[in-house]
Amino acid sequence: MKLDDLPMRRVARIAAIDWPLLPPADAKRLRNLGFDEGVAIEKLHRAPLGRDPIACRVGRMTVAIRRAHAIAITVAVDGEAEAA
Amino acid sequence: MTTFPLVALAGNPNAGKSAMFNALTGARQKVGNYPGVTVERHSGRLSLSDGRPIELIDLPGAYSLDPSSPDEQVTHDVVMGKQEGERLPDAIVVVIDAANLENHLRFTLQLIELGLPVVVALNMMDMAERDGLTLDAEILSRDLGVPVVPTVAVRKRGVDALKDAIGTAVTGGNLRKVEPGHGEGDDYDRVLVRERARDYARRAIIDEKPARRWNRRIDAVLLHPLAGPLILFALLFVMFQAVFTWSEAPIGWIEGAQEWLAGTAAAALPDGFIRSFLIDGVITGVGSVVVFLPQILILFAFILMLEATGYMTRAAFLMDRLMSRFGLSGSSFIPLLSSFACAIPGIMATRTIADPKDRLTTILIAPLMTCSARLPVYAIIIAAFIPNTTVGPGIGQQGLVLFGLYIAGIVGAMFASLVLRRTVARGESGTFIMEMPKYQWPSLRDIVIGLWQRAMIFLKRAGTIIFVVTIALWALLSFPQVPEGSDQTQSEYSVAGRVADGLHVVMAPIGFNEEISLALIPAMAAREVAVAALATTYSIDETDEAQAEQSLTERLQSRWSLPTALAFLAWFVFAPQCLSTIAVTKRETNGWKWPAFMLSYLFALAYIAAGITYWTATALGL
Repeated sequence: MKLDDLPMRRVARIAAIDWPLLPPADAKRLRNLGFDEGVAIEKLHRAPLGRDPIACRVGRMTVAIRRAHAIAITVAVDGEAEAA
Repeated sequence: MTTFPLVALAGNPNAGKSAMFNALTGARQKVGNYPGVTVERHSGRLSLSDGRPIELIDLPGAYSLDPSSPDEQVTHDVVMGKQEGERLPDAIVVVIDAANLENHLRFTLQLIELGLPVVVALNMMDMAERDGLTLDAEILSRDLGVPVVPTVAVRKRGVDALKDAIGTAVTGGNLRKVEPGHGEGDDYDRVLVRERARDYARRAIIDEKPARRWNRRIDAVLLHPLAGPLILFALLFVMFQAVFTWSEAPIGWIEGAQEWLAGTAAAALPDGFIRSFLIDGVITGVGSVVVFLPQILILFAFILMLEATGYMTRAAFLMDRLMSRFGLSGSSFIPLLSSFACAIPGIMATRTIADPKDRLTTILIAPLMTCSARLPVYAIIIAAFIPNTTVGPGIGQQGLVLFGLYIAGIVGAMFASLVLRRTVARGESGTFIMEMPKYQWPSLRDIVIGLWQRAMIFLKRAGTIIFVVTIALWALLSFPQVPEGSDQTQSEYSVAGRVADGLHVVMAPIGFNEEISLALIPAMAAREVAVAALATTYSIDETDEAQAEQSLTERLQSRWSLPTALAFLAWFVFAPQCLSTIAVTKRETNGWKWPAFMLSYLFALAYIAAGITYWTATALGL
């Protein structure tokens, strides 16, 4: 499932990131902010007007990205493990 | 000359680095610039507990040693010993967020690899505890091979222990061999560093309890699709209201002091050039600008508070969609909001915008945000020409006009951005990626230090550029002296008057008289000088005592028509910016092309806007 399709407040893990789909500068910035395979991710907030951008918890950080980025990120929901 | 050991403070953005710098150095700070770039160099003196002095520099926040902005480049160059005008530091203090170890340890590991003595400040321990984390600094210290000191910079906790660790580090405590090639980072290194950072973080966190998630609760309100924008709008409204209402009293004090000075000087000195120079040139000119210090400080206080609490990034989040309609992104919101105080820090803040076209557009429209230097101009014209009546409950007509001028600037900027993004700054629509730091109650000390620095910058400007320009103008207005019996006034007869005569030919169609044409020249140095220039011009022309008693407001009322006053306001909405803005634009865009473009398009806009205003007002018979 793509991050863009992940329901709000459902904890998942980043399964894969399609780096070539992202502009190189964006890819680097996402990496710097902790976006990487295996990291826990959760959608927390959507901006008014068009529900774009979105705010996600990534690891222990909250990061705002646009939905255009969320399309490049594949996530896997891993059940109860993180649901607390 | 003996040089003190140099210690550099490094760390990711949002690690509390600046708060740590304030906690370590107090008010003993110097703000300068690195040569060739507009990156601010913050340095300060730190005394160890045994009295040894240390020179501390606060490096710009960076995510890695692979720089992707001028700020990160400076950090990279300083720690590698390659920065011009800076010696290689004797030690590095890495400030990391205890609640965000995995991410912040990556940069820490890169810095440790450099081989310089490193001390890690495990900062924001209180926030980590609030998140339910229990950390073991000793385990982390053993893994990293460097001292780790738990701290809470904003509450000044752990600062003494950190000073002791710095003391040990600069005396060669934990020097390691530099391994060449490290830190620059190829792909293999990157994965390795990431794995190590994760591993160390996992081991340092000895317990993790589910915690109450304050941040989410606050965000649920502040980022709420409906309540969020309303709160943002209310905040901005309160901010601009405060700029005017809270500043009334302090402005009165400054005016009182200025009058007292002028009175004392008038009583003490014989009539003549010295007296005219002091009263008309120095006291009236500089005083009319210094009087706006309270408003500027209130505006900066709000901006510093919004930044320190972490709200500013939320505002950017809320505004992103709206701004993308005009070809910008939420990242432009912070620079543009800062530009309401002053375009210079605003333009410098555009460095955080990743997309080059987005950044260029933001730089070009930043001067359209009504900066505080325009306030003096607006305030004096509004006071003179707009009746102080109310048009509704609690809504004054003067305030409404002022609000309209701010809106005109914003609308102008949006329109300009739309056009620029389709022409000179054409490109893919921008991007928006932003870390949203945890909410934090800022320490009063950090806000006060920030305000103090802003106040000093403003007063230095008033004391140098504005002072010199005002004095030069006074001289140009005073010579040559008008002969007895001439029907010309002194300002008309002077050198400045003759120059203004020429300019007036161009300015007359949009309703500008000679004094305005004259005031526009020094206003290029700094906009607020326009007021000082008008004050000086009229002050020099006063011959009899009764007229000299008149305030600038009264003088304007008797000499300007309403359409002229409105055209003057419209001119300053798009006003040709001050020289400092041009200079900073040149530095930030690496050349004269963009500042020249900015100057011409703003001049054109200002002329057209003033013209339309003047002709419309005249046609309406105002």
